[in-house]
Amino acid sequence: MRYKQLAIFIIRKSIKLATLLIAVSILSFTLISYSPVDPVQSYIGADMTRVSPEQREEIARYWGLNEPKVEQFLNWGKNVLQGDLGTSLLYRSSVTETILERFLASLALMGLAWVLSGLFGFLLGIIAGMKEGTWVDRLIKGYCFTLASTPAFWLGLLFLMLFSVWLGWFPIGLGSPAGVLAEDVSILEKLRHLALPALTLSIVGVANVALHTRQKLIEVLESDYVRFARAKGEHGLSLLWNHGLRNISLPAISVHFASFGELFGGAVLAEQVFSYPGLGQAVVQAGLGGDIPLLLGIVLFSTIFVFAGNLIADLLYKIIDPRIRKGEI
Amino acid sequence: MGERKRMLNLRQRTIAMIIVAILFLFGMVISGFLINADKLTVNLDMKNSAPSVSHLFGTDWLGRDMLARTLKGLTLSMGVGLLAAFLSAGIALLLSLLASWNKRIDSMVTWLIDLFLSVPHIVLLILISFAFGGGFKGVVIGLAFTHWPSLTRLLRAEMLQIKSAEYVGVSHRLGKSRRWIALHHLLPHLIPQLFVGFILLFPHAILHESAITFLGFGLSTEQPAIGVILSESMRYLSTGMWWLAFFPGLSLLLMVALFDLLGRNLKKLIDPFHGQKA
Repeated sequence: MRYKQLAIFIIRKSIKLATLLIAVSILSFTLISYSPVDPVQSYIGADMTRVSPEQREEIARYWGLNEPKVEQFLNWGKNVLQGDLGTSLLYRSSVTETILERFLASLALMGLAWVLSGLFGFLLGIIAGMKEGTWVDRLIKGYCFTLASTPAFWLGLLFLMLFSVWLGWFPIGLGSPAGVLAEDVSILEKLRHLALPALTLSIVGVANVALHTRQKLIEVLESDYVRFARAKGEHGLSLLWNHGLRNISLPAISVHFASFGELFGGAVLAEQVFSYPGLGQAVVQAGLGGDIPLLLGIVLFSTIFVFAGNLIADLLYKIIDPRIRKGEI
Repeated sequence: MGERKRMLNLRQRTIAMIIVAILFLFGMVISGFLINADKLTVNLDMKNSAPSVSHLFGTDWLGRDMLARTLKGLTLSMGVGLLAAFLSAGIALLLSLLASWNKRIDSMVTWLIDLFLSVPHIVLLILISFAFGGGFKGVVIGLAFTHWPSLTRLLRAEMLQIKSAEYVGVSHRLGKSRRWIALHHLLPHLIPQLFVGFILLFPHAILHESAITFLGFGLSTEQPAIGVILSESMRYLSTGMWWLAFFPGLSLLLMVALFDLLGRNLKKLIDPFHGQKA
């Protein structure tokens, strides 16, 4: 019985993802096709004078730019279904490869920041919730609200100035030292380059989890069973451990999984500031350089990424929480 | 804190906060308008000077006063934010009223919300501003089309609650049309939520505007937007000119925080049931 429910759940989610991806591709393709940016122009770039109008016409025909928009879309869609996202104009390699390579770099950054901000935010939320109304709570709340108004890229700039320029502890940017072959870069060097962007991203990501956890903990502490536990003489850490932690950890984890979109947005900015060669930097360059295949590819990829986060958040609730498990999946 | 609590009650404190926030924001805008152009002219004798009494925020590599540029930038950001938040709130109101029509339209609206929330904001903003070739128009349209979903969701939930209220049912049985009910029963209840939502959209819109401008998709580099100032400052970071980035960013933070404060306090005042919980 459970397997059947699970199968229905998976099928329903897959259909949802498929319709979502189709809608997103139609939307983004329509948007891009109205763009005044001429793809041939941005492809040629500086060689403008050396390319004759006939050659331009040739390129446009080769890419099928003269065909009607709908046909262009269908051609592109057919190729995507066969796993071919086209060729990136900027990197002169297949979009799929570029995205995967860039995503691995981003994954290290986002993963580290995600784990750190989750742990730290959860801890802050617990402290604020346990000490509700005191100056500690006020401090943490003020910190979180200030963070919510902080431009992430500005924070990155500050760290860059403080730690790289002034103190000289970390390199100014890039994913690995310049002038060294990729094989020769040690893990330590990579970590040194990862540290500042990851720090920026983690600090920005704390606020959401912390405020959510605080709210949940306060709700739990007002419940009848906690009042009963208090009457029995439990307090402080043992009260938190026995009655609070299990009730607040699940919402915190799912909220954190559901924040993949913001994580991605933060990564775009952090990568730009620290010139870290990840997916975020690629999407900025694709947009500025008119690299349409890459831009479309990253839009689709980031949609899947956000969807995966939301799906995991959903599943966690359904699989772990016994109250929901007993109902229907 | 204890003494202040005795002096003012929660309502008075809320109103005081609102007034202070509004005064500060007004000050920023008015000083942005009052800045005369000669502060922004190139003055090579004064270039690269650190913050001092005559130039509180220092000067840049062309000798322009950073305080004047920052204030101009804030005014610009507020203008963009105002326009974008206004458009977003309009879309949100329209869609949530449409959703009240019937089940099918409602599920369509929910689907649209899901669709727009499924792509990261920044990526969607890049896409839209790419479609409009960047510039002012691209940013405003981009911001308007990315910020409505959360407000729509809020308004829709509120609307569904009102729709199931008894007096709406009575009204329906008295033969009032749906349009009449939408205009006379739903709309008046949605207005306060909409207003607060509108104010709370500001911080997001302004932050996203500066982010997208920083990335190079937004306002053109001739305009003194905060995003432009910050992305230019990146080139001068390694020379140790910290004031180029520090003060403009801090002012932006201050403005966003003030809008956030204003929104949250207005919510406490207008919508006490939800506002005082958080």
